Amino acid sequence: MMQALFQATIEFLKAFWAPLLCGVAIVAILPLIVGYIVLVERKLMADMQARLGPMRVGPHGLLQPIADAVKLLIKEDIIPDDADKLVFWLAPVLSVSAALLALAGLAIGPAFQIAQDINIGILFVVGVSALGIFGIVLGGWASNSHYSLMGALRSSAQLVSYETAAGMALVSALLFTGTLNIKAIVEAQSKEGIWFVLLAPVAFFCYLVASIAETNRAPFDLPEAESELVAGYMTEFSGFRWSLYFLAEYANMIVVASVATTLFLGGWLRPFAHVSWLNVLDFVPTLLMVIVAAYCLQRTPKQPTRVQQMFMLAVAGLCFVLGIVLLAPVVVPIAKPFYAGIHGGFWFIFKVSLYIYFFMWLRFTIPRYRFDQLMRLGWHFLIPLSIINVLLVGVALIAGAYFNLKGWGLLLVTTPAAVIALVVALLILAAEKSRGARPDQTAASDFYAG
Amino acid sequence: MLDRVLFYFFAGIAVASAVLMVTRRNVVHSAIFLITALLATAGIFLQLRAEFLFIVQIILYVGGIMVLFVFVIMLVNLDVALQQIQFARQKWVALLVTLALAGQVGLLFWSSGKMPGQGLPVLTATAAERLPLNSETVAHSLFESYLLPFEIASVLLLVAMIGAVVMAKKRT
Repeated sequence: MMQALFQATIEFLKAFWAPLLCGVAIVAILPLIVGYIVLVERKLMADMQARLGPMRVGPHGLLQPIADAVKLLIKEDIIPDDADKLVFWLAPVLSVSAALLALAGLAIGPAFQIAQDINIGILFVVGVSALGIFGIVLGGWASNSHYSLMGALRSSAQLVSYETAAGMALVSALLFTGTLNIKAIVEAQSKEGIWFVLLAPVAFFCYLVASIAETNRAPFDLPEAESELVAGYMTEFSGFRWSLYFLAEYANMIVVASVATTLFLGGWLRPFAHVSWLNVLDFVPTLLMVIVAAYCLQRTPKQPTRVQQMFMLAVAGLCFVLGIVLLAPVVVPIAKPFYAGIHGGFWFIFKVSLYIYFFMWLRFTIPRYRFDQLMRLGWHFLIPLSIINVLLVGVALIAGAYFNLKGWGLLLVTTPAAVIALVVALLILAAEKSRGARPDQTAASDFYAG
Repeated sequence: MLDRVLFYFFAGIAVASAVLMVTRRNVVHSAIFLITALLATAGIFLQLRAEFLFIVQIILYVGGIMVLFVFVIMLVNLDVALQQIQFARQKWVALLVTLALAGQVGLLFWSSGKMPGQGLPVLTATAAERLPLNSETVAHSLFESYLLPFEIASVLLLVAMIGAVVMAKKRT
């Protein structure tokens, strides 16, 4: 018996050592990445509000994430007396492990994917990341506090309402590929020579709105609305447990951004990947890195202390090295085989960053919705629109097959479909407006509004 | 070997958490164990290389239905639920029914060996790469072989949904 178990373990390790190592790497690196995403967000917020943001720790606050992480680790860990201890302990772990597991299905460039060639790739990512909701709901319940419970209830209601719209948006993009495999989805876009965001713009819009709602980001951050619910479901959590929730939230942002990139924005494909006279675009990554390095070098003498100057120099050097790594596959013949892996990774991460940047931009631009407005937007506008869009895209695809259209030619049939969807959206909005004129506040929406 | 260990691992978790789900007094704990049981079942599907069923199990049961369950449970007053008697006292009836069921299953296993050529089907293992694509197989059987029953089932569900909406709607 013991020997059989031992044998099975050896067999397991032999077959899966590479994915296991990658998994460990993700768990180790992700907190750092999330820390820097938070720093970028704070800097952006400061910029949009005409402030400087974190400036003290390291040059331009570049070491702030590490200071924050240390602070969170050594903070006192408080569990409320009346809390359900076991569930309280379990909830943040559930949230973060669901988010990390979803990352395993993603393909960051053609060369780097942990769970390779699973035929259900995109479903796996979407389905597993949706499990994180249990962490939020159970955490809110286990805290045994009104604010937490209210936040948890809002969160589950919000997720259930917007998941349908997101799923329908995914379906209309998947109609073009006919497969669920993540690599095959990107390859289909490469074969058509056009990104699906152009073929299904309405679906992309639906997914964009639904993904903001699913990650509980502003303007849909009702579950943690600090002006109404203190901090929503995380009110009673402190220190490291709280930071696990934080990590899960940002990991989920990365997941939805990656799904959108893979399905709609061409995954790891360079813009105009098959137009040979635009191969100049291969130098864009290097150029970007060199510009950042030059800026850092220029700022170095202005740093107040010697340590900060050294750090600035190190950042400049790192960017320069990255630029060389990105340049090598284009120029040096020996490094050619690595072109797809390196540049694919760059473009994928670049697009994901742009998507996340857009999230932040929205957060500082649009005020928070009220809960009944949020529900009405989801059920009365987004879900009907996305269902109608699936129908229209299907009809457009049949028409495209009838006229034997390929690639950019498909725009001839998908553009009318998008226009019709747009008209339908406007009709729905008009109907909503006339309905909203008469006051009908139901008891249920009042309840969730706290 | 690995397959067998994985099967017993998931099956063990499924059975244990199913038992715990029935015996816990706290409804939320029961819900958590039900989620565990469903996830373990999904794991068995995956071990059988039925990855589409695996993810559908997770998306539908765990991510959809259980979220609604937990949502409703939170609105229930737990203190009242805790004081209620957990099991109806019908031990003898339950024992009888269980024995009858066990006898039936045992009879099936026993008799299947006796009948020539009609025993329990023994499937031979195929290499994982030679298996047909799971989601496509499901789609073909749903939309080609069983199209009419599938559509009837969907219409039935739609009718139930509309009925629920009509009944829940306030008459103004």
